[in-house]
Amino acid sequence: MQRTTIDLWVGFFVIMGIAALMILSLKVGNLNVYNPSHSYIITGNFENIGGLKVRAPVKSAGVVVGRVTDIQFSTQTYDAMVTMSMDGRFLFPKDTFASILTSGLLGEQYIGLAAGGDETMLKDGDKIMKTNSAMVLEELIGRFLFDKAAEKDSLD
Amino acid sequence: MLKRIVSGRIVSGIQSIGHRVIESTWRLGYASRFFILVLLKSGTSLRRFNLVVRELYFTGVLSLIIIVVSGLFVGMVLGLQGYETLQKYGSESAVGTLVALSLVRELGPVVAALLFASRAGSAITAEIGLMKATEQLAAMGMMAVDPVARVVAPRFWAGVISMPFLAAIFSVMGVFGGYLVTVIFIGVDEGSYWSQMQSAVDFRFDILNGFIKSCFFGVAVTAIAVFEGYDAPPTAEGVSGATTRTVVTSSLVILGLDFILTAFMFRGVS
Repeated sequence: MQRTTIDLWVGFFVIMGIAALMILSLKVGNLNVYNPSHSYIITGNFENIGGLKVRAPVKSAGVVVGRVTDIQFSTQTYDAMVTMSMDGRFLFPKDTFASILTSGLLGEQYIGLAAGGDETMLKDGDKIMKTNSAMVLEELIGRFLFDKAAEKDSLD
Repeated sequence: MLKRIVSGRIVSGIQSIGHRVIESTWRLGYASRFFILVLLKSGTSLRRFNLVVRELYFTGVLSLIIIVVSGLFVGMVLGLQGYETLQKYGSESAVGTLVALSLVRELGPVVAALLFASRAGSAITAEIGLMKATEQLAAMGMMAVDPVARVVAPRFWAGVISMPFLAAIFSVMGVFGGYLVTVIFIGVDEGSYWSQMQSAVDFRFDILNGFIKSCFFGVAVTAIAVFEGYDAPPTAEGVSGATTRTVVTSSLVILGLDFILTAFMFRGVS
């Protein structure tokens, strides 16, 4: 008779454990948001990726449509080749514009896609031709100082 | 005269260090052999799963209360402290991310394993050690019942099975505790708490790695616990010393193993 109560409690424990794992993967994690089984891979070359990291989101109109899966340095063109795994539900035209943006002033960096008007869509293994580099704060400040100095020189 | 005493002390000190090193190496080898033996003889316990279920009750179900309560409080403290710091930068909506990531990656597996070592590991050691001291293990051997297969292996597998579940329950309770403090008490926006958490926590990199970590900890803690119990000197002091050693060794092993696993898992990831 002891056996049945113990079985009941152990069953309860196992159910609780599995429920906890389910909650972790569905409510805490993002398993339901992004399903990599129906995905396609595209690449893009960027002159400067700034602080972009692997697993950074790819967004279009603020919605996550994919993730960065790999970042390589290309010695042929001396720029960064970023590989993105895109959600298969979302297709983008061939002339889509990819730029590296920052969420907030100090937030993480992500790739923003702005759809173009081409009839043909990007396929698995395609490459985005139009890219825009990350905004690097030091370069901006440097350019600003340079402009200021030039302005002063022209005044003198 | 004095010189001779001092040099004698030094020599005996060096001797005792060497003795201790040899002794602990010996024990480590014996423990590894015992671990392999438990794995080889666990066929019986998998066939008679009732034995494992009984031990799951003692290691898993009875550890639930301490895991649930401490998970809740750890999550609440994380929420409170995270909010205090994050609100200085105006990003208190990221508190959900902070709570979830620290729990799922580190605190869930590690703290649950530490609690498990002191709650269930010590009990396993004391039980097996006392069985040995009262010669129950020897009696089993006399009746042609293998004590490793009948007593040790079910306890080992019960610990290995219950550890990942306990860690997952700990993490969920922690996330709930953080929700309770930051959303209900302080008033962080509920939507941003969950949505920021969901966008930052990855299934493959965070949840699965935390799960793998807790599996490793489960194996380490229960292997140490059953070995210390089996190896305990059959006296009252021997059993109490073995219980202490279980808690101390498994806590150190958990923390060391955690560093190694983290270095493997999260290298190159953000």
